[in-house]
Amino acid sequence: MRNTRTVAALAVALAFVAASCGDDSGSTATTAAPETTAAATTTPAPDTTTPAPETTAGAVDYQWTPNADLLAKAEGQVNIVAWAGYAEDGSTDPAYDWVTPFEKLTSCQVNVKTGGTSDEMVQLMQSGEYDGVSASGDATQRLMSGGEVVEIDPAEYSSYADIFDGLKLQPWNSQGGKPYGIPHGRGANLLVYNTEAFSAGAPDSWGAMFEPGGPADGAISVYDSPIYIADAALYLKATKPELGITDPYALDQTQFDAAIALLKQQKAITSQYWGDYTVQQASLENGDVLAGTTWQVIVNLATANGAKIAAVKPKEGATGWSDTWMLSSKAKNPNCMKLWMDWIASPWANSQVAVWFGEAPSNAKSCALDGMAEHCATFHAAEDDYWKDVWYWTTATEACLDGRTDVKCVPYTEWVNAWNTLRS
Amino acid sequence: MTGGGTSGSSHPFRALNRAFHGRRRLGVASTLGGPLAWMLVVYIGSLLLLVVSALYRLDPQTQKPSHTFTWANLRAAFDITDPDVRSTVWVLVRTVGVALLVTLLCALIALPVAFFVSKVAWPWIRRGIVVAMLMPLWAGYLVKGYAWRAMVAPSGGKFAASGKGDGGFLDATFGWTPGYGRAAIVVTLVYFWLPYMVLPIYAGLDRMPASLLDAAGDLGARPFRTFRSVIVPLLLPAIAAGSIFTFSLSLGDYIVPQLVNNGKEKFMFGTLINSTLGAPNQPLAAAYTLWPLLIVVLYLLAMKRAGAFENL
Repeated sequence: MRNTRTVAALAVALAFVAASCGDDSGSTATTAAPETTAAATTTPAPDTTTPAPETTAGAVDYQWTPNADLLAKAEGQVNIVAWAGYAEDGSTDPAYDWVTPFEKLTSCQVNVKTGGTSDEMVQLMQSGEYDGVSASGDATQRLMSGGEVVEIDPAEYSSYADIFDGLKLQPWNSQGGKPYGIPHGRGANLLVYNTEAFSAGAPDSWGAMFEPGGPADGAISVYDSPIYIADAALYLKATKPELGITDPYALDQTQFDAAIALLKQQKAITSQYWGDYTVQQASLENGDVLAGTTWQVIVNLATANGAKIAAVKPKEGATGWSDTWMLSSKAKNPNCMKLWMDWIASPWANSQVAVWFGEAPSNAKSCALDGMAEHCATFHAAEDDYWKDVWYWTTATEACLDGRTDVKCVPYTEWVNAWNTLRS
Repeated sequence: MTGGGTSGSSHPFRALNRAFHGRRRLGVASTLGGPLAWMLVVYIGSLLLLVVSALYRLDPQTQKPSHTFTWANLRAAFDITDPDVRSTVWVLVRTVGVALLVTLLCALIALPVAFFVSKVAWPWIRRGIVVAMLMPLWAGYLVKGYAWRAMVAPSGGKFAASGKGDGGFLDATFGWTPGYGRAAIVVTLVYFWLPYMVLPIYAGLDRMPASLLDAAGDLGARPFRTFRSVIVPLLLPAIAAGSIFTFSLSLGDYIVPQLVNNGKEKFMFGTLINSTLGAPNQPLAAAYTLWPLLIVVLYLLAMKRAGAFENL
């Protein structure tokens, strides 16, 4: 009897040790989850034209040489926070790998931490443990104000000169006329729909996601971030002009309350809020989700796995993002980070990520590469007009972003509170 | 016995022995000092820091806590006249409900299992079953969580891509699955914390002499009466001890509700705190944390009265 109790006591003690270690890894689970599930998804190929990387047997022209000064001081590794699909090393699809060439050229080992939302990225950067981040416009302002990121010196980056002028020195990536990062590319959030469910007619409006009674009623997938409130505001801008919304990120209290009311109405027909792209991808393949707000990369991956879906930018316009690679103020490997930023914005690498993710590249020379002309045309890389009805993610501030001075607009911290209440 | 000769005087342990001999308090202090200091500084200290940080104001520009004091976060967490706060408190109520349900189910399953292992099973098989019950604790939390996610996966609808849309283990084997949702959360949590409930009950049953059961039978009690009147009252402290684990672990869990829930609602309070922390809004998350802290303290006091602490 005493023996069994000793055994039991020892086992409990060991179990506590094991369980507490297990829970430690669990605390990073939410952010680690995308990496574990991403590795588990099958390897598809995107169905857009792929620029042929091989010009001669084995030799690829990356059109980039690392900055000699930075290379001499390279630290041997770099820790970056990136959107899923921004730093592919061939494990998802062997044909898409721009991390391994970088590691070969610079000897900087790349360690990627995937962020699902801008909020998550801000939080990760505040920890000071990462060297840099691919930040969308709604993260950049918080990072710049908080001192998380530093100004860059364009002279250190050979790729900077070739970036489209329309992306340089914009409000979301510069302060006081000084650049705070290298533009990565831009894209729009699209409406994905199941072609069989919508066989009667493809949707051309966000109404497919907001109005009940449509073919996707009860099977809708919504992006799980407070920034999605801007999508609701964008829909109201077109359907309720009496509210007077001109900029979906500049909402006074009345406009904000209307957007929240619309989102509450949408919640009744929603089946999923996604923060991890693999969740939406799996649901699209399963047929659990028939319409949703998505990124082109998810559509590409799901289609390669057999999902019968298509994506469209609706007539009301769309929210989007213009991403910038930024350097952390607490970077332990600044030289490798600067080399990475220069690399990812260089013609070949930028074209690869643009095709893989389904976005417009930021480097003008990318469009001149083999097979890229069609991609750049599809994604309107060089047409500033197309982007007029794409509203890049931006941090909402009390000072109205559309210039109104007679009212106070709702700041982003209130967006977060309202979103949390909506989601509980 | 007394140590031998002069060679012992250079032995390090002898010197130590001499220093502590007769100084009882010094012995106690040096044994307890380290763990107590760790407990006070690291554990209690960090809890205090957490409470204090709930009073900090979040700078809206940088979204980092500034060191200016404000009551706004505590108001946002505790002022139930505000409808937004009421919905937050409703999430807490749901979470407490889930924790109590998980505790109840764990107790219902653990009692017969522990009884079988302790009283019915042959001695040589007893240790084997105890080890088998504790085996899941060796698997990582995430491994078990994702395994359950895969098991309860429902089969896809008629719009599923070919080759996709097969359900998980439950759907494939039984043709039915609770699917992602509240039931799956409860079932998964019961699975996770069952070993913590079985062990104290098993230990409690071990302490109970079999003669009590024989005596009850001799006095004419049927098995269920014996169970109700003899076993359960004696086991209550042990059940209370086990329930401390199942209740507090379920109350704070934030990963399982995300893995096996339906993606539509933030069902449990831990998920709410986690997403507030990720907003990032650490002071507000700290304010929210005070709620489960309060509940666990009250629960511990109640379980202490039930005698749980003698049975841990």
